[in-house]
Amino acid sequence: MAIVSMTVNGKPVTADIDPRTLLVQFLREHLRLTGTHVGCDTSQCGACVVHMNGAAVKACTVLALQADGGDVVTIEGLANGAELHPMQAAFREHHGLQCGYCTPGMIMTAVDMANRLGPDLSEETIRSELEGNICRCTGYHNIVRAVESGARAMAGQPMREAAE
Amino acid sequence: MYAFDYHKPTSLRQAASMLAKAEDAKILAGGHTLLPTMKQRLAAPSSLIDLGALAELQGIERKGRSVVVGAMTTHAAVASSDVVREAIPGLAEMAEMIGDPAVRTRGTIGGSVANNDPAADYPAACLALAATITTNKRKIEADDFFRGMFDTALEEGEIITKVSFPVPAKAAYAKFRNPASRYALAGVFVAKRGSEIRVAVTGAGADGVFRWTAAEEALKTRFSAKSLAGMAADASMMNSDIHADAEYRAHLVGVMARRAVEAATTR
Repeated sequence: MAIVSMTVNGKPVTADIDPRTLLVQFLREHLRLTGTHVGCDTSQCGACVVHMNGAAVKACTVLALQADGGDVVTIEGLANGAELHPMQAAFREHHGLQCGYCTPGMIMTAVDMANRLGPDLSEETIRSELEGNICRCTGYHNIVRAVESGARAMAGQPMREAAE
Repeated sequence: MYAFDYHKPTSLRQAASMLAKAEDAKILAGGHTLLPTMKQRLAAPSSLIDLGALAELQGIERKGRSVVVGAMTTHAAVASSDVVREAIPGLAEMAEMIGDPAVRTRGTIGGSVANNDPAADYPAACLALAATITTNKRKIEADDFFRGMFDTALEEGEIITKVSFPVPAKAAYAKFRNPASRYALAGVFVAKRGSEIRVAVTGAGADGVFRWTAAEEALKTRFSAKSLAGMAADASMMNSDIHADAEYRAHLVGVMARRAVEAATTR
């Protein structure tokens, strides 16, 4: 066993864990933060994306011990109380989901994308940046619209309404 | 994944000493090959030595006529580095083509080079740019380092510390991806430095990364995509599998080489 300490969604956590515990297992099974999903478990699908030290990572392919001393943000850490994060609000407005399984990872990737590349994201950029997030409902059209709109909203620009 | 002991050394010397002492230990860099391999139980090291805390293995700097990249530098850091973009834009573009954004946040140059996956991108860049791989014990030229798929000149207890790339006059990388896995079916890195021209191919060869000497000779007459018109690699040396047979890969190597030269000569 090994002691791990990190900050998760702004709160310090410490636990005694088996070294082979993956970050995603630590979040889901130890902290009960089950918003982060496990899809493929092979770092391809992106359902497990969280932010670690400010950048998007696939939590199924990071040991919890590798995050020791770090700062982790999960989907649960985005909203401000009852107020959705602009990217979450954009996914709701544009119905950027079907079954919803990939959604937490999509949103965490989208927020990271906007943080790195700014508010004006072209469709081509968004589709290329979503390479590591797979939606098996194949509902990409609305996801792309949501990311485009959410990135603008993150910069304080008004949310574009979804087409009927 | 089988159980293991986890160690996080704080200096290279400590890492080397842990590696020497532990039986059947593996070095953990970005972990994006090792951890999936361990999950599949294809690797079951007794100990992992995580290099994540070694600041001395991080960073990118211009040193004279070379760009030096620390072994634990991530693909994302290389892709977005002003130093790399200015000196060897083809190398930054190659780093940006690896995996996906979240993978590039974790994957490292040292890990990619040490693993020498036959479809990895960095081995082609190292070979074409005539890089020098430095370990805690010695310096190894790229030509001597890559020894066939998943095989390198690294010895037991050796840790890659940095990779040094001489700045070329022209260089670029072109990759044809498997549409599902996105790994290279054929990736070609071309570089011209003085009168030396090097063409390195990944993804396609039956035994990992290799230099395509026929293309190098052809480009010596004139460094232009036209010099490679109609050329294809030797199909008898290509990998052949469900994704692409040897003839197709040999053809793709020619196409990617022409695209890389085109990109290198038009920037």
